[in-house]
Amino acid sequence: MKRVKRRYLALTIDSREAYGSNEFMNAVWAAVSRLYGEYGASRTGLSLIGYNGERKLVILRTVHTTLGMVRTALASITKIEGKPTAVHVLAVSGTLKALHHKIDRA
Amino acid sequence: MKRTYADLHLCVDFNNYEQVSRAISKAAKLGYQLVAVPFPPRLTESQFQQVQRICEEIKVGLVSRMDLRPRTPEELLIGLRKFRRRFEVIAVLCESKNVARQAAKDRRVDLLNFPQFDFRRRFFDAAEAELASSCLASLEIDVKPLLIMEGAARVRFLSSLRREVAVAKEFRVPIVVSSGASDELLMRKPKDLAALASLFDLDEAFAIEAVSTNPVAIVKKNREKLGPRFVAPGIRVIRRGEDC
Repeated sequence: MKRVKRRYLALTIDSREAYGSNEFMNAVWAAVSRLYGEYGASRTGLSLIGYNGERKLVILRTVHTTLGMVRTALASITKIEGKPTAVHVLAVSGTLKALHHKIDRA
Repeated sequence: MKRTYADLHLCVDFNNYEQVSRAISKAAKLGYQLVAVPFPPRLTESQFQQVQRICEEIKVGLVSRMDLRPRTPEELLIGLRKFRRRFEVIAVLCESKNVARQAAKDRRVDLLNFPQFDFRRRFFDAAEAELASSCLASLEIDVKPLLIMEGAARVRFLSSLRREVAVAKEFRVPIVVSSGASDELLMRKPKDLAALASLFDLDEAFAIEAVSTNPVAIVKKNREKLGPRFVAPGIRVIRRGEDC
């Protein structure tokens, strides 16, 4: 069986409010489903790797073939729990180690 | 070589310089090296200098832009005569077909913009694209409506954008993707804007060009034209003096 390649995304949450990881992930899933439907969302293999509410830094994992879809969906988020929010991609990498290096440099 | 990213449509409120400063510094933080701000028609020198000072402090290039919203082709010509030599980028919001055609065939127009919330008045068809491609005008697409629309309105908007992008590609009309944002939370990084452009079938390479190469080329061309050395396209003053 072919090995699944993954991509790790470091994100920053741009908002005056603070959210929990559940609220954030609900917003991400809602954005992906809204744009690509449930079938598209199921292909992304999205999962939350790390969430730092204080630094507003999030690490997500996705399948590398759907990176573009996830990036688009994240850019389309304008609200979380009804409060104005933007999500910016800080770095993308194939391994967590390299991602942390990129975050430190950013 | 590092790519220069430009957002040619940053809508700011000139009555609130704190907001202007915040929006421009946000653009710089997101990775833009050039930002264009649509100035009001009755722009005073002090207003312009104030914005320029903000950009110098933040170290981001400022592009002066004028948005024309003519009701008739004649009004458009008057506007172009009045503002073309004063602003680096001229965008025309085409609210009628006559205006759209006149704007597309006038070489003084840089950007063609269409009403964002009324898809019936988006007149970018094959005839418009043919005129625009011969006169070097670009199609400007603002991402803001994509972010704020929901449901059926967004679906219709995306389908009209997809059609326009296909026509623009066929006639080789450059596409410029801008934020059109009036709020900092509606601003996105250049690569995120490019990712959003995939929703209307603009592939990655084209989308990156639409936020970097295409807008930068417009600014470069117009700065050269507005410069003191410009005589005509391809002709410029190299040296002045008696030994020439």
